[in-house]
Amino acid sequence: MFEIGLGHYLTLAAILFTIGVFGIFVNRKNVIILLMSIELILLAVNVNMVAFSSHLGDMTGQVFAMLILTVAAAEAAVGLAILVVFFRNRGDIAVEGVNLMKG
Amino acid sequence: MTGPALLADLSLIIPELILAVGAMGLLLAGVFIKGEETAARLVSLAAMALLILAAGVAVFLAPQGGGTAFFGAFVLDSFSLYAKAVVYLAAAIALVLAGHYLRTERLARFEFPVLILLATLGMSVMVSAGDLIALYLGLELQSLALYILAAFNRDSLRASEAGLKYFVLGALSSGLLLYGASLVYGFAGSTEFGAIALAAENPSVGLVFGLVFVVSGLAFKISAAPFHMWTPDVYEGAPTPVAAFFATAPKLAAMVLLIRVLMEPFGAMADQWQQITIILAILSMGIGALGALLQTNIKRLMAYSSIGNMGYALVGLSAASEAAVWAVLLYMTLYVIGVAGAFGVILSMRRAEGMVERIEDLAGLSKSRPGLALAFTGLLLSIGGMPFLVGFFGKLFVFYAAVQAGLVWLAVIGGLFSAISIAYYLMILKRVWFDEPTGGEFINPPASVAIITRVTGIATVGLLLLVPFMLTRVIEAGSAIGG
Repeated sequence: MFEIGLGHYLTLAAILFTIGVFGIFVNRKNVIILLMSIELILLAVNVNMVAFSSHLGDMTGQVFAMLILTVAAAEAAVGLAILVVFFRNRGDIAVEGVNLMKG
Repeated sequence: MTGPALLADLSLIIPELILAVGAMGLLLAGVFIKGEETAARLVSLAAMALLILAAGVAVFLAPQGGGTAFFGAFVLDSFSLYAKAVVYLAAAIALVLAGHYLRTERLARFEFPVLILLATLGMSVMVSAGDLIALYLGLELQSLALYILAAFNRDSLRASEAGLKYFVLGALSSGLLLYGASLVYGFAGSTEFGAIALAAENPSVGLVFGLVFVVSGLAFKISAAPFHMWTPDVYEGAPTPVAAFFATAPKLAAMVLLIRVLMEPFGAMADQWQQITIILAILSMGIGALGALLQTNIKRLMAYSSIGNMGYALVGLSAASEAAVWAVLLYMTLYVIGVAGAFGVILSMRRAEGMVERIEDLAGLSKSRPGLALAFTGLLLSIGGMPFLVGFFGKLFVFYAAVQAGLVWLAVIGGLFSAISIAYYLMILKRVWFDEPTGGEFINPPASVAIITRVTGIATVGLLLLVPFMLTRVIEAGSAIGG
């Protein structure tokens, strides 16, 4: 019987993390997608944390995961608030529009 | 956790309690005080008082020998106490600089000082972190408050764009740091720094990966190249006093956190992380020196200057010795003093029609405002590390730490970039001293800003007398970790 072990969870988390990072850098359309990518990265971390926690038989990872969930909620709230302010000033939320200042 | 044990733990976090309870109390008070401007002024004054009180507690009332609280998650030693005192005072200076600007730009709201307090609380937890969880929570508390501060001028497109950029890239960096933290936890089997240090003696590949991600995340926060791209835009877009705050306290706190993470849990893996910090240092110095040459906006120039200065600090840190710890601490302290003063000068660049921030607006400053011009000269040359201003000693000791650890070539590269970076400070000073004035004169800066520029300007020379005293302080602070 095929068994799902630590390696599978870590691979899943690595894939999710990569998709999230690519979502931020490759996405040229919409700022909301950036927020979703950030959530995806945090989700990948949580998968890692819980998988390691269960593998090590140590509760710290799960406590950490709960805290990450809480902070992610706060982070999404702040991010959406800033996005609303940006939308009010500019009128759209296209990523190409975020270019008033060039680095 | 029983009563006496809890009280013993709480007695170690009195400065943090002052800030946390104070921030909550002021948030309530701000709602009940009648009149937006009165509320802003009163809350701002109370926040300054709280910061100075917290700094006083950290300096004079800290328990002898320090200790750890909350099962090792919170570490109080001379290193964190030193960083805390500097961070609190830097935040208080940022509040002093902000008051008049916010009132004239119609931004005076009582949330501003509350957000500064919360960010400072986050930094305070960061510099005392003894556990990956405390590290992450402190960092996020700081970052969330800073995202809002960057977009504080909510009617300005530039400010909201700066806030958005800072938020997206900051959240990405937190994600990188967290992914690293999860790998470190998995391969070291614990989130405690002490247990990670044991695992780091025989590092597995997973632990090295985790280290790389954690250092990348922290490099974002100190804006070391190649993780620097947010800095110029955020400094330019955010309100000037917010940029002044960004350039001082959070930089010092993140650098202190980086020092602790690299020297304590990953101290045994110095061979691995030295390669990362050396690359970060060379790239930051290069981008800081060359990028600044092309700038016309003084705030963007300060951003590149801060990228470069983080590079010099990383040169010192690459030495991975006890000297590295105190040299970087001294360097960052002197840098914070210089930058606070330089932003005071930028905040004085106000004509009758409004704020100006182009470098050419400074032309002829020496004729219209000789005192300000003199202070600016001292501050810029001190940040640039010109002998014999006090900033020179900061640079001298980080290069000394590098040379002592056998990284002579890195110190030589640092010296070269340092010479290039002096060029753009001199370009500004040429405008200040030799160009004919263009446009109207600057109107009188408010007394609060004038005092900060004068005091920091005099400090660039006056602190020379105190260098031995500062050295004993930072060496004592640095002895808590490292070696």
